[in-house]
Amino acid sequence: MAAEALAARFKPGDRVRVMKAYPLGHIRTPYYIRGCSGVIERICGAFPNPEELAQMRSGLPAQPLYRVRFAQAEVWPDYRGGRDDTVDVEIFEHWLDKAAE
Amino acid sequence: MSELGKYAPLTYFQLMEVSLRELLVEKGVVSDAEVDAVAADMKSRGPERGAKVVARAWTDPAYKQRLLADGSAACEELGLDVPALRLVVVENTPAVHNVIVCTLCSCYPRMLLGLPPDWYKSRNYRSRVVREPRAVLAEFGTRLPEEVAIRVHDSTADMRYMVLPLRPAGTEDWSEERLAGIVTRDSMIGVALAKTA
Repeated sequence: MAAEALAARFKPGDRVRVMKAYPLGHIRTPYYIRGCSGVIERICGAFPNPEELAQMRSGLPAQPLYRVRFAQAEVWPDYRGGRDDTVDVEIFEHWLDKAAE
Repeated sequence: MSELGKYAPLTYFQLMEVSLRELLVEKGVVSDAEVDAVAADMKSRGPERGAKVVARAWTDPAYKQRLLADGSAACEELGLDVPALRLVVVENTPAVHNVIVCTLCSCYPRMLLGLPPDWYKSRNYRSRVVREPRAVLAEFGTRLPEEVAIRVHDSTADMRYMVLPLRPAGTEDWSEERLAGIVTRDSMIGVALAKTA
């Protein structure tokens, strides 16, 4: 973990929404999950921002990284499978907003 | 056998790899020997490393708890170096089945499973397993009842994942070494189950 790191804004169990944005560059937030809401499963630590690293910059301060759990039935409207099926995605904090309960 | 010795032109990406590598060597950034050593090191690692971890977790409940709490540290206990990355081990239970993908590229727990199979890197697997995991698992011969929840893990950033498969019934008196022998690569990716036969 980088020494120069931002403190985590969210904690496990918090409901969050992934920003629905389409910036150019090296983005590690998959398209399919943008705009979806889920629950923080764990805080993974803080890591240099990959979007900055890809531009040959330091990526510091390190961004908190979370694993966010989404219900498949909410991610894919036509999802065929169990109601309890989930997808966990690693998302950096600057892509997350607090979601309504 | 007729394929042996047959000429095939390099693909676009193969050509790019050769060009880049030759340039790096020519500019003195890396040497041929260093490239060979890294490639040999990668090839020397295979899924038997992950199988060792799984067999230990199956036979030692305290170890399993440590593995689920901090995958990287638990691997180090067994002398397995998990460099700079954080390993998240996800446990299959009778109610939950886990499967791993990297939809963005091909992130894979190489330190435990070696080089990824080609299908893991294919657009087909990467785009479909996240959207219709049950259909993809069925194509691998893994059919799970509806009441088993499927958890897909998309390794989009700095974590790496490994599935701790469910220990098959009938292996209660098996040794750790014998157990390790039935832990396949695919069962640790989550597209298959560990089976006794």
